Amino acid sequence: MSPDDFEFTSEILKERSGLVLTTNKMYLLESRLLPVARNQGIDSIDDLVAEIRRKKDPALIVKVTEAMTTNESFFFRDNHPFETFTNEVLPKILEKRASQKSFKIWCAAASSGQEPYSLAMSILEQERKLSGWRYDIVGTDISHDILAKAKAGTYSQFEVQRGMPTTLLVKYFEKNAEQWELKPEVRKLVNFKYFNLLENPGPLGRFDIVFCRNVLIYFDQQTKGKVLDGISKIMSDDGVLFLGGAETVLGVSDAFKAIPGQRGVYGLTRNG
Amino acid sequence: MKTCLIVDDSKVIRMVARKILHELDFETDEAVNGKDALEYCTKSLPDAILLDWNMPVMDGMEFLLALRQLPDGEQPVVIFCTTENDMEHIQRAIESGANEYIMKPFDSEIIQAKFTQVGLL
Ligand SMILES: C[S@@+](CC[C@H](N)C(=O)[O-])C[C@H]1O[C@@H](n2cnc3c(N)ncnc32)[C@H](O)[C@@H]1O
Repeated sequence: MSPDDFEFTSEILKERSGLVLTTNKMYLLESRLLPVARNQGIDSIDDLVAEIRRKKDPALIVKVTEAMTTNESFFFRDNHPFETFTNEVLPKILEKRASQKSFKIWCAAASSGQEPYSLAMSILEQERKLSGWRYDIVGTDISHDILAKAKAGTYSQFEVQRGMPTTLLVKYFEKNAEQWELKPEVRKLVNFKYFNLLENPGPLGRFDIVFCRNVLIYFDQQTKGKVLDGISKIMSDDGVLFLGGAETVLGVSDAFKAIPGQRGVYGLTRNG
Repeated sequence: MKTCLIVDDSKVIRMVARKILHELDFETDEAVNGKDALEYCTKSLPDAILLDWNMPVMDGMEFLLALRQLPDGEQPVVIFCTTENDMEHIQRAIESGANEYIMKPFDSEIIQAKFTQVGLL
């Protein structure tokens, strides 16, 4: 791939999704684009890029963008965010929303669904405390392919063994051939939608809890700031934000401040 | 250092598990079937037991039931590690007092995840 083609493609990618490619990612770009080219009946990456330059076909650009996303995820990733959710955040929400008896959660980079489904199972485990409550979990992602997998709620043996306690596996999954399927009672709790984090999240509604984990790492400082500011606008004043282990608001956005004692959890500055 | 007894009739599996557990800072011992493991446990109880199901002489399930009857036998954390990967086996294991369940094939990532879940790491 020529340096010129690399630059052209990474620019499109950044503009479309915020994903930043440094030049040492040339190999990654090539290896991910080749299947896209093949799928289009195009022989080489050079021809694929030429085709994009010529036609600017949005559908093709979407395919290229999707091919460049990293979708790795697992159930109860890093454990502690989910412990914090169950032991600290959820009890507080139940207290603060006792009169309206409802709350909303947004997983802003839901990938194949493990994160929102982990939250759904965590909530179901507390079901006794939640009778009469209404809660919504919205999972969004930029990749249509990965959203389709998330909606299906079907996972391999390898996927269900990374992070999921066996007690929950037995309780909330059914085995079908070699695949593990989430039971409808869990699946129905999560609503998956396409959403690009570069857009205005306003239309998604208002949220009390936001998980935006392991996606900001792929963006540059400016994009991180813009995304975080956007998220802050659709959070309720006392809402909380969970970021990934390698992510922070520090030096990126003034809208959030760390909550002492809760690693990776942030509250809104405007909440005082 | 925490201790783990690896119970499996396959020498290869024992070796793979031993390597992974040493990297996770466990001291390990090995038994080739349930009877062997039970004798070991009557002398001293490890912190954790990584347990195969299908073994000659005494299988993993028989061992688990016998272990839990020993004085302090409820203490070791028992993690099944077996090719049995159907719901019935997994359910029976958990109901019979196993703490976690690993379906073979496994790798260091899965071992680490499961040992973390049960609080051993
Ligand atoms: C590594 S996964 C993180 C999954 C999950 N949050 C976790 O922590 O396990 C990152 C996800 O972000 C999505 N993504 C990348 N850029 C995006 C954007 N601009 N808008 C929405 N989602 C995006 C990718 O498609 C991918 O599924």
